[in-house]
Amino acid sequence: MIRAVVTVTLKGGVLDPQGKAIEHALASLGFSGVESVRQGKVFEIVLSGSDKAKAKAALASMGEKLLANTVIEDFSVRLES
Amino acid sequence: MKAAVVQLPGLNRDRDMIAALTKIGGRPPATVWQTDTELPEVDLIVIPGGFSYGDYLRCGAIAARMPVMRAVAAEARRGVRVLGVCNGFQILTEAGLLPGALMRNASLKFVCRTVRLKVVNASSPFTSRYQKGQIISCPVAHHDGNYFADAETLRRLDGENRVAFRYAEGTNPNGSLGDIAGILNAAGNVLGLMPHPENLIEPAHGGSDGRALFESALELAA
Repeated sequence: MIRAVVTVTLKGGVLDPQGKAIEHALASLGFSGVESVRQGKVFEIVLSGSDKAKAKAALASMGEKLLANTVIEDFSVRLES
Repeated sequence: MKAAVVQLPGLNRDRDMIAALTKIGGRPPATVWQTDTELPEVDLIVIPGGFSYGDYLRCGAIAARMPVMRAVAAEARRGVRVLGVCNGFQILTEAGLLPGALMRNASLKFVCRTVRLKVVNASSPFTSRYQKGQIISCPVAHHDGNYFADAETLRRLDGENRVAFRYAEGTNPNGSLGDIAGILNAAGNVLGLMPHPENLIEPAHGGSDGRALFESALELAA
């Protein structure tokens, strides 16, 4: 089995009102020095097999086709050892 | 002309849409389910509003990958008219039939009210019964209607006259770039819009400004 983490983040330049709201909430909790917050998504995916190259290619395709909306989001893939 | 309404788990405006098409078109539309891979022979396919798949992942993301949407895309390529309202608009962008994306409202609040729309393009198959520049009333009810596209896409939409409706000045309810409320595909046979014209078609609704959209799309005698 291969465990992977796909992280989806908003592209730079895309406004993130939810991140802004979180940023303000952190400030109101007394956390000072928070410069900015951007909200994203994390997917923990378990794949069968042990071929890491194949897994990476499959995960990249999953990111493109479903996990991220590439109009507004970027994604990255990390395999866990 | 004949119409069909797509039904998916979590959509909840399908009944309103069926009622509107029946009242205006004079006969009930066909209905198609998410697993249907062949659509009935129709001239207009409507994807209504709601919360398909609970808005999981992103609004419209799961619905856009269901078998019925491959069939809808094939019909759209053949020139059949496709109308997506609210969640239907989100599904059309997720399916790649319309450019851009619909993001969380800038206010982060669900908006449910009547807005004013400006008819920007009155020569499309969906808007021919309006006048260019006409201001109409239309209800909106959504949490994710904040239209986003990159600068080049926005320029192309403008240049190709593909913005069908904009929120009239001062009524943008969601932060949409360019006050965009509804856009057309390049061929002009696919329209997506956030407002709900099906909910303003008779005096009991408080007005009938939405009616002309269906009269246009169904090519009904004026």
